Amino acid sequence: MSEKRNKTLLHCTVNGKERDDVVKDNMLVADYLREVVGITGTKIGCDGGECGCCTVLIDGVPQHACLRLTATCQDVEIETIEALAEQNRLSALQRGFHEKLGTQCGFCTPGMIMAAEGLLRENPSPSEDEIRQGLAANLCRCTGYIKIIEAVQFAIDELGSKGKAA
Amino acid sequence: MEYMPNFQLHRPATAKEAVKLRSDNSAAQYVAGGTDLIVNVRRGIEQPENLIDLSAIAELKLINEDKDGLHIGAGVTLKEVARNKKIVSKYQAVAEAAAAVAGIIHQQYGTLGGNLCLDTRCLYYNQSEWWRQSNDYCLKERGDTCHVASGGKQCFAAFSGDVAPALLVFQAEVDLIGLKGPRRIPLAKLYQNDGMDHLTLKAGELLTAVHLPKVLAGCPSRYEKTRIRGSIDFPLAGAAVRLKMKGKKVEDFAIALTGVNPYPQIVKGTDEYVGNAFDDESLDKLRDSVRKQAKPMKTTTVAPWYRRRVIGAVARRLTEELAG
Ligand SMILES: Cc1cc2nc3c(=O)[nH]c(=O)nc-3n(C[C@H](O)[C@H](O)[C@H](O)COP(=O)(O)OP(=O)(O)OC[C@H]3O[C@@H](n4cnc5c(N)ncnc54)[C@H](O)[C@@H]3O)c2cc1C
Ligand code: FES
Ligand code: FES
Repeated sequence: MSEKRNKTLLHCTVNGKERDDVVKDNMLVADYLREVVGITGTKIGCDGGECGCCTVLIDGVPQHACLRLTATCQDVEIETIEALAEQNRLSALQRGFHEKLGTQCGFCTPGMIMAAEGLLRENPSPSEDEIRQGLAANLCRCTGYIKIIEAVQFAIDELGSKGKAA
Repeated sequence: MEYMPNFQLHRPATAKEAVKLRSDNSAAQYVAGGTDLIVNVRRGIEQPENLIDLSAIAELKLINEDKDGLHIGAGVTLKEVARNKKIVSKYQAVAEAAAAVAGIIHQQYGTLGGNLCLDTRCLYYNQSEWWRQSNDYCLKERGDTCHVASGGKQCFAAFSGDVAPALLVFQAEVDLIGLKGPRRIPLAKLYQNDGMDHLTLKAGELLTAVHLPKVLAGCPSRYEKTRIRGSIDFPLAGAAVRLKMKGKKVEDFAIALTGVNPYPQIVKGTDEYVGNAFDDESLDKLRDSVRKQAKPMKTTTVAPWYRRRVIGAVARRLTEELAG
C-alpha cells in the first residue's frame, strides 16, 4: 500500500544559491542536502544529535542537520562545508586543518569546521578554552582534539594577520 | 534514515494558532528545537501523525523585565538563557544550568520550553527500535514490564532536564495556554512522580513563558551536574542551590535536584537550617538528607548508589561555597 507523503514547498538559500524544492515534511536537512541538493560534504555519523558530524550553519548558527526538519527552513540560509572554499582556494580554517593535521579519517571534519566557522564568526579571537567550548558538541575518534585546536588557532592567526574576519 | 513516520508539519505564527492546530489534528505533538523530540521520533519511540513546529512563533522568543520580575519566553534558546546579562547576574544558577545542557550546538537551537517539557529518560527507553524490540520493549513504550524494577507497575524513567531545578529554587512560575485559555501555575506543579506521564499539562496545553520573581533576584545560587562526558551528556545527577546568608546565619535556603527521580525534586527540610550557621556537622546532615531524598534507579549506565552519593556531595559542596 502506498501512502501519500506530506510535502511542503520550500524556499531557502543553500551556499549562496536560492532554491525552491518540494520536500517531504519528515525529511531532515542532512538528507535534503545529500539527496535533494546533491552535496555530500555534510556527514551523518550518529543520526541523533550526539556526534556533531552533520553540523551546518543555519542563518549563521551551527545546528545539527540530522535533527532539523527541512520544512522548517523556510527562507533561511544554509551553509555547508562546500561553501567555504573560494575559487578553489581553501578557507583559512580548511588550511588550518590541512597544515596542522587536524583531520585524519576526515569523517568529523566537515562538522568540526562548520562548528569552528560559527564560533569564529561570533568571536574572531577565542581563547583555547573558548575553542574547546565551541567544539564541545563535536566528537572526533581519531585526532585526540589537540591537532584540531591547533588547526583553529592556525586559522585565527592567519585571519588576524590579515585583519579580516573569518 | 533509521525511522521517520510520515507526519505532517504545521508552522503556526501564534501560540493560539498552535493550540488550535494541536487539538484539530490527530496524534499531534509540539516540536521546538527538536533536540529531544526528533531523536525520539527517529528511534520510533514517538510516532506523531502531525508535528506543530513552534519555531516561527515570535511571541515565544521574548525576554522582558517588569516590576514582578523576569519573564522568559518558552522559545528562547538555551544559549540566550545562559548568556542573558540579567539572568547571569540575578539568577545565576539558571544561566549555569542552561550552559550545562547537552553541548554548545544543542544550546543554540534547543529551547527553554523544550528543556522543561523534556521526556523522561531510561537505559531501556532511549534506545533504537531493534534494541528495544529484542528486549520486549518496556512499560513506558509498547511493553508491559519495567526492566528497572521488575514486576513493578510504575515507570522510573528519570527527569533529566538541567534547567528545571535551577528555576525551582527561585520559585519560578509558568504560563500555559490551552483551548480554554491561559493559566499560570508554579513550575513545581508542572511535574508529577510518574516516569510515563511526568507532566501535568492538560491535553494540548502549550507552555508559553517562565517567570522568575523579583523578590529573589540577585539571591546567590549555583547549579552543578555530574555526567559521564563533561562536554555533552545528560545529568547523572544535578543539584541547584539558592542560599541567602545574614552574617554567618542562614536566612533563606532552597535545593532542587534533577536526574534522580521521574520529576525535578525540591529537597525537603531546608527550612530547618534557617537561623543557624553551617558547620561540618550540619553540612554532613544536609548531605545525608539529600542522599535519602534522591531516589535514583538503574536508569543510566552508572549505578544508582554512585548517583546518590554524588548528589549529596554536590549539594553539600555548593551549599558550603555559597555560605562563604
Ligand atoms: C546528545 C544530546 C545530549 C543532551 N544532553 C542534555 C542535557 O545534558 N541536559 C538536558 O537538559 N537536555 C539534554 N538534551 C536534550 C535537549 O537538547 C534539551 O533538553 C533541549 O532543551 C530540548 O529543547 P528543544 O527545544 O530541542 O525541545 P524539543 O525536542 O523540541 O521538545 C522536547 C519536548 O517538549 C515538548 N515541548 C517543546 N516546547 C514546548 C512548549 N512550549 N510547550 C509544551 N511542550 C513543549 C515537545 O513536544 C517535546 O515533547 C540532550 C540532547 C541530545 C541530543
Ligand atoms: S549525525 Fe547529526 S549529530 Fe551525529
Ligand atoms: S578525523 Fe576521524 S573522526 Fe575526526
